[in-house]
Amino acid sequence: MSKVEGKYNEFTTLPLWNETKKFLTETADITLFGVRFFKEGLKLPLEISETINQCYKIGYKSLPLVGITAFIMGLVFTIQSRPTLQEFGAESWLPAMVSVSIVREIGPVITALICAGKIGSSIGAELGSMKVTEQIDAMEVSGTNPFKYLVVTRIAATTLMVPILSILANAIGIYGSYLGVNIKGVVSFQLFYSQVFEKLMFSDVIPSITKTFFFGFAIGLIGCYKGYHSDKGTEGVGRSANSAVVIASLLVFILDLIAVQITDLFYGL
Amino acid sequence: MDYKEQIQDTVQSNLHKSKGVPVIEIVNLKKSFGNNHVLNGFNLTLYEGENVAVLGKSGSGKSVLIKCIVGLLKQDSGEIRAFGKDILSLNQAELDQIRTKIGFLFQSNALYDSMTVRENLEFPLRRLSIIKTKDEVDDMIQEALENVGLPDTANLMPSELSGGMRKRIGVARTLILKPRVILYDEPTTGLDPITAKEISTLMNTVHKKYNTSSIIISHDMSCLKIVAQRIVLLMQGINYAEGTYDELKNSDDEKVKEFFE
Ligand SMILES: Nc1ncnc2c1ncn2[C@@H]1O[C@H](COP(=O)(O)OP(=O)(O)OP(=O)(O)O)[C@@H](O)[C@H]1O
Ligand SMILES: [Mg+2]
Repeated sequence: MSKVEGKYNEFTTLPLWNETKKFLTETADITLFGVRFFKEGLKLPLEISETINQCYKIGYKSLPLVGITAFIMGLVFTIQSRPTLQEFGAESWLPAMVSVSIVREIGPVITALICAGKIGSSIGAELGSMKVTEQIDAMEVSGTNPFKYLVVTRIAATTLMVPILSILANAIGIYGSYLGVNIKGVVSFQLFYSQVFEKLMFSDVIPSITKTFFFGFAIGLIGCYKGYHSDKGTEGVGRSANSAVVIASLLVFILDLIAVQITDLFYGL
Repeated sequence: MDYKEQIQDTVQSNLHKSKGVPVIEIVNLKKSFGNNHVLNGFNLTLYEGENVAVLGKSGSGKSVLIKCIVGLLKQDSGEIRAFGKDILSLNQAELDQIRTKIGFLFQSNALYDSMTVRENLEFPLRRLSIIKTKDEVDDMIQEALENVGLPDTANLMPSELSGGMRKRIGVARTLILKPRVILYDEPTTGLDPITAKEISTLMNTVHKKYNTSSIIISHDMSCLKIVAQRIVLLMQGINYAEGTYDELKNSDDEKVKEFFE
């Protein structure tokens, strides 16, 4: 082996370089996977009934978990915020402040994180085990386009369901907050909601709902990508499910960061 | 066209006359995984109405070979033509079209385990929108299940079936699209001799009933004896030897003999 070659090999086996290369290739692969989603998704016939089936599985079945979490978050957040506001004598601001926080940030992000955990892992594991048991190959060789049947429907379902779950989470969270306000002191339902809606603007609601579509898309995309490219073996399935959750959760935060910048640009927060 | 090619051509066409129309042609197929050179120039022509067996040691690349035929794996070089069309040159739609004409029985069966047996069989029909009415679908499923001798299993889940039953449902699912070519990957491995014989008989019945051609991967000699008209021995990545069961059995080559001991 010549000297130059030796050096070159040394360089290419640097762990950092390898990791960077892997990261970049994977990012490119995921992007292509996303592009393929749009290409296949627009092909007729649309997979309406399977998409609805997935919406039911993904949305309806996550509702209890999302609902309970949102309720508790609203309640706890209100109770925790009260002392600080009390200090400034601004207790009457409690409903408005809490509801704006819930709608802008807590509702969407908590929902997305729960979905990343629950839906991302289940999609990753389901498609992963179909991959390693050659079920996806079996669909492929019967000419039935498994990408459209398995991937397009799931990504479409998460993209549609995460926003809906998030809106419900907002509503439930605000209701939790109402109960939280009422633990000490009495505020009527009407008064509470008039205070909430006085402060809640379209500029809070629209960006918040918009970003949940992206959250949903990211969760579906990562779950499907990881499952579809699962390594052989049971361990591979576990790894797919696991990394689907990790990457999807991380992506939710990154998208959230981008969303807040864009919102700032448009509405000047 | 020079003289040599002309002769080659005549030889080819004579060959076709004697053996029929080629449905699958594999020419000089090469496939490696990293440093693992699995196929090193494999050649095989499958003619219409013919059952060819591919015999070889475990890990010799038999599954890789048939996965290349349906485009699940891409070869490094060499050509595969199915029904006269080069597999690599096809776009997705054309490839899917060809794939519906080629049935594929996986070594692991690959039944869809979240669906019932009925849904497993229905899946390709429904997805390819071949069948319209429910009655027609029911008839086809019943026929397919009766063909494999399991008429009462339609509502069971794959996990509720025994290994041999799963294999047979796998065959039923492969047959439901009425493919012209069937690729069987070890249809009888892991079964008791009686069930293995039943499956072999089933393959023969299918062959006669629907006039299919097939490539059968197996190291089960009793199965090959019943089913295959021609046996190809895959060794060191090439078609090492070729012939009928008796020809290979009486071969002088040590390596060939080993398989028949
Ligand atoms: N996807 C893959 N990636 C890397 N190597 C592979 C892959 N598929 C097969 N191989 C390798 O190719 C070789 C042939 O595998 P193949 O599955 O074709 O064997 P086989 O002849 O079908 O054996 P068996 O009779 O045990 O089923 C093996 O050495 C295997 O390690
Ligand atoms: Mg094999």
